[in-house]
Amino acid sequence: MSDHKTMTLTLIVWRQKNANDPGKFETYTAKNITEHHSFLEMLDCVNEDLIHAGKDPIVFDHDCREGICGMCSQVINGAPHGGQDRTTVCQLHMRKFKDGDTIYIEPWRARAFPIVRDLIVDRSALDKIIQAGGYTSCHTGGVADGNAILIPKPVADEAMDAAECVGCGACVAGCPNGAAMLFTSAKVSQLAILPQGKGEAATRVKNMTNAMTECGFGNCTNHYECMAACPKGINVKFIARMNREFLKAQFA
Amino acid sequence: MQLTSSSIGRKILMAITGQAMVLFAVVHLLGNSSIFGWLNGGINAYAEHLHSMPLPIIIGFRLALLAIVCVHIWFGIQLTIENRGGRPQQYAVKSTQKATFASENMIWTGSLIALFLIYHLAHFTFQVISPETAALKNLVPLHNEMVPNVLGMVVAGFKNFFVSFIYAGAMVALFLHLSHGIQSFFQTMGWSCDKSQPLLVKFGTLVALGLFLGYVTIPLTIFAGILKG
Repeated sequence: MSDHKTMTLTLIVWRQKNANDPGKFETYTAKNITEHHSFLEMLDCVNEDLIHAGKDPIVFDHDCREGICGMCSQVINGAPHGGQDRTTVCQLHMRKFKDGDTIYIEPWRARAFPIVRDLIVDRSALDKIIQAGGYTSCHTGGVADGNAILIPKPVADEAMDAAECVGCGACVAGCPNGAAMLFTSAKVSQLAILPQGKGEAATRVKNMTNAMTECGFGNCTNHYECMAACPKGINVKFIARMNREFLKAQFA
Repeated sequence: MQLTSSSIGRKILMAITGQAMVLFAVVHLLGNSSIFGWLNGGINAYAEHLHSMPLPIIIGFRLALLAIVCVHIWFGIQLTIENRGGRPQQYAVKSTQKATFASENMIWTGSLIALFLIYHLAHFTFQVISPETAALKNLVPLHNEMVPNVLGMVVAGFKNFFVSFIYAGAMVALFLHLSHGIQSFFQTMGWSCDKSQPLLVKFGTLVALGLFLGYVTIPLTIFAGILKG
């Protein structure tokens, strides 16, 4: 480690005890950070210093730390996940920053995502959208032959592109309206594209978009900030597809 | 139908009413361009042609337009208020990747256009802004009959710097509004995919630019003295 140049950074971090606390920014110094640190490892270092000093560490969500779970949720300098293309916070590395940089770290900000503590928000509103129809309820019978339902490769690929969504909520955090259209459209599309999901497509899109509104998410105004924020590169074509599914559902 | 209550339903209503007004703006510009003389008798003949249509058609058309405008404004305001609440606390650092000045200010460009619309109707339809040049009161001969002098009214209006300035400013608001609105229509109706979406953004901006240039040419050429009454 001694071979590496180290960085010293100024962090301006949102600290909030609970949902009712108004919260405020606190300034910290991150010392001895190398370019190989991930953003979360950098925060781990800061937290160690805070714990040694007898202070409350910065509370943040994380799990897999390999970019696939969607737990990490931080808005860094105004961009969800730090703004690097198709990257979650855990896969954002400190080589993207310079010695002496000042970094603002905030939680996802949306009406539907109440802050639990510091950088952790309650994303169970996304689960409520899934519960409203993000499944198929057909009887599966015995163990089916893997190739019993033939699905052309391009169709399977399209469904997979939608299924890449890890439900991190960056789309909501990036949307100026706090809308969950990209998330919901990915889930609606993933099922509507495949034969097993087509049967319930109409009720699904109605129920899931209703749940979206009931959970307090805003409405889509086609800014496409969601697509820029998405660490999995979910395209807004799925929002267009959901709009189509919604229109079709009105006549189903 | 969940058109008036649901999130996507109201979005679709905004898109359809908006697009209807875009179509109106295109036809309106084509009609207005008769001021440059491609129609025998110019804009006076065009105005006379419109006014000679059966009254129920004229009234029906105006009522339909009014209804479209009202629906667009009503849901526009309603959705904007809801969406402002979607993110109650803003980020300390604002960083936008895809949103544009136009997409973020639809409510304001829309409000400017609505205010302009009131002025425009008072000026050229109800002709109360400068009654001395009102076309309905100043008849001129055309093809052996006396018709309102629309050309004289328009030229007299745009000779005034402030009038031309208001019109040009409103067209900037229209350009911004439509540069987001036209592509938004296709996305909302679901007539878009990953390949067509960036092209539709360009197409929308191009149509908005075309309308802007077309409309400002009229006050500009009159104010510069190129087009005379």
